[in-house]
Amino acid sequence: MIGLLIRDLRLAVRAGGGFGLGLAFFLLVAVIVPLGVGPEAATLAKIAPGILWVGALLSCLLSLDRIFALDFEDGSLDLLATSPIPLEGVAAVKALAHWLVTGLPLVAVSPVLGLLLNLPGPGYLWLVLALALGTPALSVIGAFGAALTVGLKRGGLLMSLLVLPLYIPTLIFGAEVVKRGAAGLSVGTPLALLAGITAGSLALLPFAAAAAIRVNLR
Amino acid sequence: MSIWEYANPKRFMQTSGLLLPWVSGVAALCLMAGLVWGFFFTPVADKFGATVKIIYLHVPAAMMATSAWAMMLVTSLIWLVRRHHVSALSAKAAAPVGLVFTVIGLITGAIWGQPMWGTWWAWDPRLTAFLILSLFYLGYIALWAAVENPDTAADLTSVLCIVGSVFAFLSRYAVLFWNQGLHQGATLSLDKEENISDVYWFPLLLCIAGFVLLFVALVLLRTRTEIRARRLAALMARERLA
Repeated sequence: MIGLLIRDLRLAVRAGGGFGLGLAFFLLVAVIVPLGVGPEAATLAKIAPGILWVGALLSCLLSLDRIFALDFEDGSLDLLATSPIPLEGVAAVKALAHWLVTGLPLVAVSPVLGLLLNLPGPGYLWLVLALALGTPALSVIGAFGAALTVGLKRGGLLMSLLVLPLYIPTLIFGAEVVKRGAAGLSVGTPLALLAGITAGSLALLPFAAAAAIRVNLR
Repeated sequence: MSIWEYANPKRFMQTSGLLLPWVSGVAALCLMAGLVWGFFFTPVADKFGATVKIIYLHVPAAMMATSAWAMMLVTSLIWLVRRHHVSALSAKAAAPVGLVFTVIGLITGAIWGQPMWGTWWAWDPRLTAFLILSLFYLGYIALWAAVENPDTAADLTSVLCIVGSVFAFLSRYAVLFWNQGLHQGATLSLDKEENISDVYWFPLLLCIAGFVLLFVALVLLRTRTEIRARRLAALMARERLA
């Protein structure tokens, strides 16, 4: 499983494309929103938590179809399915690899983008914490969506239609943590709920993703 | 005699063919009686005016919107466990009906909300949850349409339905957390003191019965269509091979 993880990370970094693209997209969202809504600091500070979360969500979505599609096309997914690792483990490892190349960089650059969007001072810690807790859920939910649409010719658009509604609870609680944190309120409840969603998704969705892959490989 | 006999498409076609005119007829009767009673023969409520009468469409449609998803969840589970095609096809047949009920609930709600709350739309938890539910229906229908092999499509949509149910449920409670509501609470519960008065309750009950039967009739009809389409496809495949 560690070998698979290293292979996926290598592919993501060396084969170009996916890696960094999501990050650039995240940056672009943070740049074009102020251009659209105007530079007033108060307005930006108010919408910053939501924009940063929506940006993270969309840039995560952007690279989802790479989780399984390339392996499906060149046949390595069949090999993985017949390998001694359970398919559930493969799905979990691939989601982890996706998080390491997409989610983790997003978490790392988010304070800088918070600065661009004039996020209030106390919000930064909570922004990083909420993204760090929430983006694994985005990756694993996305892996499930990618597994559902892996056999389709043009599955990308359909996948966003399937995955975005599933992202809603994560988005709500994640943005709520940052919003409350930025306002200096207590963030315990949404943070716990966000962590709960992540833990539940991590525990259950690899099974659903593996079931979907089995159907698609039949 | 058990319900599993209807997993046989032939038995299902026979029985549903017999049932369909009756169910449709009683649905039409209930709806006509309930709507006419509700629209013309109930007193005008003092705080609401005549706008309250849209309740006879709004409430039953909203109830059926969630019930349709629940039915899809059950039939999807049956498909995954027992591999009965009729079950999978009935889930497929129910999805567009459920979507239409959701949209009816949203639209009648907007029409009612305009005079009552002064706005067509508010990001109220209940309204938002219904909008999200309609997105789940859309995704489900789109996945059915996108996958060519019918068995693969049935499997994938069933898995989506189960995962979607969990997340739709989570969203329902997440939006409660996210915003306070304009929408009133439940007033139709059987065990509460503060319910709507009987004058409105009885025609509403008739309308709810009418919507349930309408849903059953539409799903039966659409499932029959799906089964016939499946048979046609099989015949055409056989023709090509011969």
